[in-house]
Parts: sequence; structure tokens; C-alpha cells
Amino acid sequence: MLEIKNLHVRAGNHEILKGVDLKVDVGEVHSIMGPNGSGKSTLAQVLAGRETYEVTEGEVLYDGKNLLEMAPEERACEGIFMAFQYPVEIPGVGSAQFLKAALNAIRKARDLEELDAMEFLALVKEKIKLLGVDEKLLHRSVNEGFSGGEKKRNEIFQMALLEPRLCVMDETDSGLDIDALKIVAKGVNDMRSPERAIIVVTHYQRLLNYVIPDYVHVLVDGRIVKSGGKDLALELEEKGYAGIEEELRAGAKA
Amino acid sequence: MSVVTQERDYYAEIFADFEKATAGNGQGWLQPVRRAAIARFTELGFPTTRDEDWRFTNVAPLAQIAFQLTSDSRVELTPREIAQFAIPGLGDIQLVFVNGRYAPTLSSTGLPGHGVSVRSLAQAFKDDRDVLEQHLTRYAAYAHDAFIALNTAFMDDGAFVHVPRGRVVEKPIRLLYVSTATADPIATHPRNLIVMDEDSQAVIVEDYVALDADVYFSNVVTEVVVGQNSVLSHYMIERESHQAFSVSTLRLEQGRSSNVTSHRVLLGGALVRNNVHPVLAGEGSECLINGLFMATGSQHMDNFMRVEHASPHCDSRQFYHGILDGRSHGVFSGRIIVHKDAQKTDAKQTNKNLLLSQEAQIDSKPQLEIYADDVKCTHGATIGQIDQDAIFYLRSRGIAEDAARALLLFGFAGETLERMKAEPIRRYLETLVAQWLPEGKLLEEVR
Repeated sequence: MLEIKNLHVRAGNHEILKGVDLKVDVGEVHSIMGPNGSGKSTLAQVLAGRETYEVTEGEVLYDGKNLLEMAPEERACEGIFMAFQYPVEIPGVGSAQFLKAALNAIRKARDLEELDAMEFLALVKEKIKLLGVDEKLLHRSVNEGFSGGEKKRNEIFQMALLEPRLCVMDETDSGLDIDALKIVAKGVNDMRSPERAIIVVTHYQRLLNYVIPDYVHVLVDGRIVKSGGKDLALELEEKGYAGIEEELRAGAKA
Repeated sequence: MSVVTQERDYYAEIFADFEKATAGNGQGWLQPVRRAAIARFTELGFPTTRDEDWRFTNVAPLAQIAFQLTSDSRVELTPREIAQFAIPGLGDIQLVFVNGRYAPTLSSTGLPGHGVSVRSLAQAFKDDRDVLEQHLTRYAAYAHDAFIALNTAFMDDGAFVHVPRGRVVEKPIRLLYVSTATADPIATHPRNLIVMDEDSQAVIVEDYVALDADVYFSNVVTEVVVGQNSVLSHYMIERESHQAFSVSTLRLEQGRSSNVTSHRVLLGGALVRNNVHPVLAGEGSECLINGLFMATGSQHMDNFMRVEHASPHCDSRQFYHGILDGRSHGVFSGRIIVHKDAQKTDAKQTNKNLLLSQEAQIDSKPQLEIYADDVKCTHGATIGQIDQDAIFYLRSRGIAEDAARALLLFGFAGETLERMKAEPIRRYLETLVAQWLPEGKLLEEVR
């Protein structure tokens, strides 16, 4: 489904990703872990189409198509969804209006009938309950004045509503208390399906107690230095990133 | 078009003709006021950019044009011709003016309620002399303002609204000013007087429209007296011709515990000066000064707010948003004056501006003059471009880039529209604003 080959990315003069390779298939959950500044958020944003990053080398194929040539909105219409680490506040734009615009743009691209106001509201109410999001949020401007936890839950709610095929969670867990974390984890677990892939980008192992990944990748200094199963996350928790790096250096010498 | 080199002489001359034409029409008491006003104008002349209050707005192009007075050019319009300006669901209390002159056949004064007067100023000169003498020209001071001086000298029509004590006028009262093409450029000096007695309530909409893209000069003064415990919502929609000069002054005199909201949306005009001047004269009075100005091409829009706190325990809120495209130039001057006795004043001012092009510019100038010592005053101004992070956020959810821009711009404008409580007016303005936006059509799908 997603194939990243030798991806090099820079922001300004600073090279952030230095040759990332990753293959993700439908039905799989991948976790990308790494210390701060390793480039994991950059990877998530490049997948979503953030234009502030420049791809200097490599390619990304999504269902065999060149993802890097697609505009952010085309990617969304093709089924890619990134949950933002820092969801943007948009004063004056109502949440309901925004969600309806997004949903209908994506439905149109999938050759589905656009929903009218009544159908839309029914669907939203159904999804919003699952995530314990307050319905009042619909009447407020997008993310405006939301608490950190509300913003993150709102991202998961959008994901549930838009039903993407590839979900990219960009540090959705950071800054959440355990109750909010469980709600987010439930939202992600509910999305697991044989037709869908999920990439969980995180600094901490904590979320992975609730969302068990099939694969774990460690990203350090712009490269994936180690890949493994779910146990790798626990190993990281125990040894820390420094421990893994040391091990790798020792391995390289030996 | 003839050119005026000596504007002071020019206006003194046409005043002499004007005085002859209006002599003996029952407004004798006004004569000394008019004369004093034109005398003051000839002393002041039009302001220049050396005047601090006009630093960013050059009215020289206006001063050079030999505008004719409307009285010579009568135009008859049919209801069909003005139907395009109707505000759906607004109600039927409407005074219509064509080139500054009251048009009874286009107007419908409906049934505003017992004892409520809604009529032309020309008629009120005959019928309501007592109220007029008591209030007209008492608040909008011409001594330091050349435009008010001109209006005072040449006023001879406009709207008169009087809501007696305890009356609530539920339906909005609309004053529609229509400008048409004329052989020579004309000047109109509409004068509106709104008197709200104690404990009354009303909604008033001033709407300035143009049938043709012509050059003219509209110089409006609206005086509003809001009695004790009265509630007024005042709206102004400025959609003049893109070649027009539009100067308007809203002077609000607020009594004890009165509550006024002023909403203004400016879309038209080549050179626009929008003066809003509330005086919170009675203790515990409140005002909300809310506005949106949207300029493009080479439009110039100058918003000059002067909020005077003259009594204790008064609250004022100012919110003005500007969207500037093309080579347009916007100005926001917000002065808050807190007089010595106005303790416990709570005054807040916010001006936000979006620049959509490289050449568009904005000057934002907040000013506080505080002579009391126990007050809360804040002001803030922002100038920025469209938030690219927000654009990316919307696009990442499947919304096309142009629709995302339209949503953001509409949202920015919408913050001011949301404060408007009169639903038919707000909805109508939402449509007008969406039409203004380059990508506005896309909003029809998502709204």
C-alpha cells in the first residue's frame, strides 16, 4: 500500500530525513519511534503533503502511485489522513461547516453521494459519541479554545468520520493524561481493519500499551536504524534511545 | 467636469444659491446654524494629510471636483429598479432616498407602532419642529470637522425616526439611499436624526447603494440620541459605487444604562471615511462598535473611531476587521477617550487585518487618552496574511486550496458578522461578503 524508498527531505538548508525506507501493507499497524529531532514528525508531514519540506531524493508510492506529486487535498481524497501533533485553531470557521466540507469533498472523490445537512448531522452524532467528544464542539470554531486533550480527540473524531485508508498519527499521544490516552487508543483500535493501515508516530512507548503495533521502527537522525516486532517498543522503554544507539554502534564495530 | 481650485469659495458660492432655494420652507431656526456651519467650513477647508486625524487619507481628489447639489437633478425610479437591493425577511418599514431626496412612492412606512415616527427629515421640519430643535445639530459638532460642517450647511433631507418612551419597534427600520448616474457629479448631504426616548428599543439599518458606477460624493451625518435604559442596534451597509467618495459620521449620544450596538460593513466606494463617535454620557451605558471593511483594486477605506467615556461604569467594545486586496489601502484609527469622571470604565478595542496582496496596505493606530485613574482599557491590532498552517490543515482534510482560502476569509469576516443579532441582516450580509470574495462561489457548496 505504502512504499517509501530512500527518502531524503530537507527544510531550508537542514537535511532531516537521510534515506528512509519503509513498507506498509493494508491491515498493518506500524509504529515509528524516535528521540526528539529524529525526523519522525517530518516523515508524517511529508506523507500528508506539507509543502515546507523539500524532497531531494527518493520516492513514495501509494497504491503504486507517486504520492509526492499529489496535492494535500488529493492525498486526503485518496484516503490518507494525518492526525496533527499541533492541530490548527481556525477562528470563524465552524467545526460543523468544516467537517461537512471535508466529508463531502472526500465522498465526491470516491464517487459517493454528497450528504445533505440532515444525513451529515446523523453521521456526526453517531461518530462523536464513540469518542466521548462533546457535541458542543460542533458549534465552535475549529479547534479554537480547545484544550490539548480536546484537540487530540477532535483529530481522532475527524479520522473516524472521514474513514481514511492510511492513518498517520503524529505524536497524538503526547501531552495526554491516561484517561484521554485511553480514549485516543480506543479510537485508533476501532479503526483497525484488514482494509486499512495505521502508522503511529510517537516518542513514548506508553500509547503502545493500548495500541499494539505489528511492527516497530526506530528512527534516529533521519534514518530507520532498527525494525522489529512489538517487543522492540518494550526494549526501547527499557534501554532508552541512547541504549539502542550504543548497541548499534557496538554492533557496527564488531 | 469643472475643477475647483478654491474649494472654500466654491462651497460658499453654492451655499448662497442653496439658501435662496430653501428660503421660507419653515426651517427659519436653522438658518443661523447653517450660516455658522458654512462659515466654519470656509475657515477650515477640507482636511489635509497634515491633520493628525487625516494623516493616512488624502481628500484632495474630492476637493477638486465641482459637485452639484442634488436639488437640480431629480430622478424617478420604479420599485422594480431597486428590488435588487431588497433584504429578504427584513420587514416593510423602509424610507427610500434617491440621490439624497426622499422618494415617497418607493417608501413604505408600514406600521412601526403607536406613536413611533418614521419619516423624511424634510417632512419632519414641518411636523416635528420641537424634537428637531431640541436635538438636530446638537451632537455632531461642526466646529472641528469640515465634513460635518458641510453637511450641516447643506442638509435638507434625510430620515427622522422617533421612538417614544417605552416603545419597542421589533421590525428593523431601513433607510435606503440609492445613487444613480447624473449628468454632472453630485454631492448629497443626507442627515439622519434618530431619537430614542427612555426605555425604548429599535433596530435601524442604513443602506447605501448605487445603481450605476458613477462619480459622486455622499456625505452623511447620522445623529442618534439614545435615552435612558434604551436599546438600539444600528447597522450600516456601505456599498456605494466604486468611483464614489463616501464620508459618513455616526454620532451616538448615550443616556444612562443605554445599550447601543453599531455594525458597519464597508464594501464600496473609491475613497471612504467612516467615522463612528459614541459618547457614553450616562452612567452605566454600554456600546459595541463592530465593523468589517473589505477593499480591493485601488479602494481607500479609513475607519475613524472615537469612543468617549464621559460617565462612570460604562463599557465599550470595539471590533474592526479589515480584508485588503489589490492595491487597496485601509486605515483604522481607534481613539478611546476616558474623561476625568468616568471611573470604572471598561474599554476594549481590537483591530485585525488581513492583507491578501503584496501591494495592499493598512495603517492601524490605536490611541488611548485617559484622564481617570480607575479604568480598564486594552487595545490590540494585528496585521497578517492568510494563515498557511490553517490552509494546510484544511487541505489535509480534502478541501481544495481555493475553497480553503474562501473558508478562512469568510471565517475571518464571519467573526464580525456573528455579532449581528438581527438574523435577516446577518444572513444578507453573509451573502454579500461571500460574493465579494474571489472564491466566494465555492462557499455556496460548503455553507
